[in-house]
Amino acid sequence: MVPVSYYLILSAILFSLGALGVLMRRNALVIFMSIELMLNAANLAFVAFTRVHETFSGQIFVFFVMAVAAAEVAVGLALIVTIYRSRQSVDIDQLSSLKG
Amino acid sequence: MSLELILFFILAAIAIATAIGMLLSRSAVYAALYLVVNFVSVAIFYLLLDAPFIALSQIAVYAGAIMVLFLFVIMLIGLENLAGELNWRQLAWPLVMGAILLVEGVFLVIQRVGQDVYIGQTGTQLSDPSLMAKVLFTDYVLPFQITAVLLLVAMIGAIVLSKREKPALSNQGKEA
Repeated sequence: MVPVSYYLILSAILFSLGALGVLMRRNALVIFMSIELMLNAANLAFVAFTRVHETFSGQIFVFFVMAVAAAEVAVGLALIVTIYRSRQSVDIDQLSSLKG
Repeated sequence: MSLELILFFILAAIAIATAIGMLLSRSAVYAALYLVVNFVSVAIFYLLLDAPFIALSQIAVYAGAIMVLFLFVIMLIGLENLAGELNWRQLAWPLVMGAILLVEGVFLVIQRVGQDVYIGQTGTQLSDPSLMAKVLFTDYVLPFQITAVLLLVAMIGAIVLSKREKPALSNQGKEA
């Protein structure tokens, strides 16, 4: 018997850790992994709510989030490889050519 | 303290520890492997929550496909060593912001949950994938098909982005 608020608090902790990763790491790949961590935290909250409300909508949304995450990773990693090819680096501090 | 609660706390400790390990690891490969363990522990949470289909697709899609893609790119680029990347003086603001986000999130959860629902009793129909498929292919059939288009667009985008420019240009020169 686990209270649903425990799952939600765990989800909040994992989401915060993901956001912290986006803020503190400088490597584009690790930032990407942190984004995946945040998506996962949201999925955990979805599934917990599914269990509470006894409806399938939450699980189906998790399914869609996974599809979007897969698409995002495919495009994002292609972008990172392309950036690395032209700059020889994926350090986001050095990618400042769009800065006004 | 029930068995399920003990299991929850052990898994939560693993999930949080691997997330922190990912944030602090100096090697991108270790970060990816920490993330795999995190995904697997979240998948076991899904099993606890009566969602076996989601749990297995979590392992297949996240821990399988997505992390293999990550590891592949890490090996392609050669980012095994990120030593000296973490600068503790620059970390003060991110840590403060992360702490504020965490406090806000936990506060909102505690404030809004009101009467807490206890989950863990089995006997619902939620764990049946065929019932989930019925909902997915009736109520959510349009979003499902849009997902297919999204994946196609992502695939084309990835191919276009990772294609090298020079051979295409020389081919055009030959044709002209």
